[in-house]
Amino acid sequence: MSSLLALLFPPSTTRNMELSADVLIILASAAIIFYLTRWHRWKYLWREWLTTVDHKKIGIMYLIAAVTMLFRGGTDALLLRAQLAVPNNHLLGPLHYDEIFTTHGTIMIFFMAMPLIFAMFNIAIPLMIGSRDVAFPRLNAISFWLFAFAAFLFNISFVIGGSPNAGWTAYPPLTELAFNPGVGQNYYLMALVVTGLGTTATGINFLVTILRMRAPGMTLMRMPMFAWTTLVTSVLILFAFPPLTVAMVLTLFDRLFGTAFFTIGRGGMPMMYVNLFWLFGHPEVYILVLPSFGIFSEVVATFSRKKLFGYSTMVYSVLAITFLSYGTWVHHFFTMGAGAAVNVFFGLSTILIAIPTGIKIFNWIFTMWNGRIKMTVAMMWALAFIPTFVVGGATGVMLGAVPGDYQFHNSYFLIAHFHNVIIGGTVFGLMSGVYYWWPKVTGRLLNERQGKWAFWLFFLGFWLTFMPQYALGFMGMTRRMYTYSHGFGWSSLNLISTIGAFVMGAGFVVMVYNFVWSQIHGEIDVTGDPWNGRTLEWSTPSPAPEYNFARIPVVTDRDAWWAMKQEQKTNVVQIKPQEITDIELPKSSGIPFLMGLSFFVFSVGMVFSWWWIAGAGFLGFVVCMLVGTFDYDDHKEVPRQEIQNTESAFGRLQG
Amino acid sequence: MNLPVEPDSTAKLPLEFTDNHESLKILGFWSFLATDLLLFASLFAVYAVYQSRVGMQGPSPDQLFKLGPAVVETLLLLTSSFTCGLAVYQMRRNHKRGTIIWLAVTLLLGVGFVTTEVREFVSYIAMGDSWHHSAFLSAFFTLVGTHGAHVTFGILWAITLIIQLMGRGLTTVTTRKMYMFALYWHFLDIIWVFIFTVVYLSGKI
Repeated sequence: MSSLLALLFPPSTTRNMELSADVLIILASAAIIFYLTRWHRWKYLWREWLTTVDHKKIGIMYLIAAVTMLFRGGTDALLLRAQLAVPNNHLLGPLHYDEIFTTHGTIMIFFMAMPLIFAMFNIAIPLMIGSRDVAFPRLNAISFWLFAFAAFLFNISFVIGGSPNAGWTAYPPLTELAFNPGVGQNYYLMALVVTGLGTTATGINFLVTILRMRAPGMTLMRMPMFAWTTLVTSVLILFAFPPLTVAMVLTLFDRLFGTAFFTIGRGGMPMMYVNLFWLFGHPEVYILVLPSFGIFSEVVATFSRKKLFGYSTMVYSVLAITFLSYGTWVHHFFTMGAGAAVNVFFGLSTILIAIPTGIKIFNWIFTMWNGRIKMTVAMMWALAFIPTFVVGGATGVMLGAVPGDYQFHNSYFLIAHFHNVIIGGTVFGLMSGVYYWWPKVTGRLLNERQGKWAFWLFFLGFWLTFMPQYALGFMGMTRRMYTYSHGFGWSSLNLISTIGAFVMGAGFVVMVYNFVWSQIHGEIDVTGDPWNGRTLEWSTPSPAPEYNFARIPVVTDRDAWWAMKQEQKTNVVQIKPQEITDIELPKSSGIPFLMGLSFFVFSVGMVFSWWWIAGAGFLGFVVCMLVGTFDYDDHKEVPRQEIQNTESAFGRLQG
Repeated sequence: MNLPVEPDSTAKLPLEFTDNHESLKILGFWSFLATDLLLFASLFAVYAVYQSRVGMQGPSPDQLFKLGPAVVETLLLLTSSFTCGLAVYQMRRNHKRGTIIWLAVTLLLGVGFVTTEVREFVSYIAMGDSWHHSAFLSAFFTLVGTHGAHVTFGILWAITLIIQLMGRGLTTVTTRKMYMFALYWHFLDIIWVFIFTVVYLSGKI
């Protein structure tokens, strides 16, 4: 019994900080359970959300999960910055600091950025291409629940069993059992495998959806830019995640079963892991940023009231980025000594990516040129992106130059660079997307004034946080350093950086306030087209009905909805009662949720080497598969009358 | 110029492609196979680098492998790929019984393959050459074992398929599942050809 307690609650989970988190977790869970029971919401929760296969609801769940994870990852970031605010600080001990930067990085990449991207895919893509759902609705729900349970698994590590502590890249030999006892690293490995499976399934889903389910007339070159970037992101996911899964599973085998993949003594090589990880890791940064490029293309065109400048060069540069991104992974470890020839090849391929990216930047600027620009919050995020990303991109070229990299490697210069591109590219883009598509899914507009406050706090906080870090890198401060002493000249710059981080934190708080306030008091979007949009999603009511389109639109031009409005053909969204037919839709199912739960149980068994629990989880998975394969009753018909009632409530019935 | 006659445009599509939902799933399955291919490619890369890294006292691939079981496994799996093709051929001719029989033969050959492989693994482990021993052995058991696990999953899948074919006959859904199974099975066959060449043959040279 005492050994079990020692396993579940090692010293790293009984520090004051963790104990106070325990109290908060228990209180919050109790409040949620009380609320659901008191207002009889359990059934509603199960029927409307946990079993849903509707892409719009899945998108909302991704959004909520991602914002929650942004809170966790952001709290980690503030703790790190608080520790580094002054020299010789001891707010966090060295091990504690390692744990927190590990969870910060992992959560921000896998459990904040990725789900927020999938939220955008789910919310926008089917509506944008004129489809009633994604290709595989049930698989879509499975993807979500695998992600959600993996995120849950990863997040309980710091209160039960101990956090992982080997950085978000988790290089061996530091992750090998001999150097990293305890279960923390197992949490990391299992969580990434499970969420990776879900992500791969999402990639397959959106690839097939976009290739095969576009509205009639929407050729590939008439697709909205966001559909293009989603398509290539899906392809990137397909080819990037298998090497990650292999890297994770081999490390897990080393830890749990004593294999010799990455232990030098028996012939293994840590470098093998590093190569596998970055074979995934480099395409991953384009998985993160390409969807944002798509969002900027939509937002900039809409709020400039012009069509996107250089559409086809945009497409070709996205394809070029996709292709090149597979030839650059070694630039993450130039200093490991692969030799001059190899390093030069990867240095050049890295720098080459700046060309298609630069083309895209110019295209956005030319789209705005002579446009009638409207300064909405979505547009402000897009505008802020351009200078921010240019700085991040230029420092990326500096890092790609091999001799320079020997100086910058693993310094705060690198830290500033990748935050500059991931926040300035990915996060700004996703925020722009959230403000842009929010009315489409919720039916209410976000308050613009509060949104601008959130934007300015976050944007200024960002520059304040990361610009000093470039300088700190040049001054010799290395990453993952838990404290530093007086006399290096780092003190004031670190303090400024910490102040900036807290300003960003304030921006986040205002943003969440903005979400909640607008959901209660926000202006209701009655037209379904609040921005005078250009693409098909704005032809539907807000929020769109379950079946999206009573009649699938026919596309004749690139900005389909804009063309309809120009040609006074907006009445195509209205339908005559006699034209309405029954619509076949996928039926809700409990299997995806239960499958996620099975994976969770399996993972807990693996983390703690409790084989019977792992076996039970695996059995649950097999049962879910069997039930799924024999379940032929996965569709329902929405009857004509119901569609007619819905459409007439939207005022979209003719005659 | 003797161009072949263009097929008549009224020629019927195979049943599994006639329903839009079902044909989407076939494209989805092709994409899944692409990810699975990448999974095996990563494991092959690991094996290729590790095959000479045999630790302090070996064994080397040459000392370890017995070609006998590997040849038997190859024959069983290649034959099963052929019988799987016959099952699809029968399905296309709308012969339910023939489909089920050839699928069952495929399944039995698959069971033979897995049994032989398990015995091969057990014989290595009995000599003390388990996957703890060296990076080479870890990579060998993981690569070949992953393939074996895929075949095992395929066998379970074939069983559920036979039940569905018996109960429902050849419908757009069951033929689509059968077609996907056939893709999967041929895919595993191709992977095995590479395993036989890269692991066993090159190990023996």
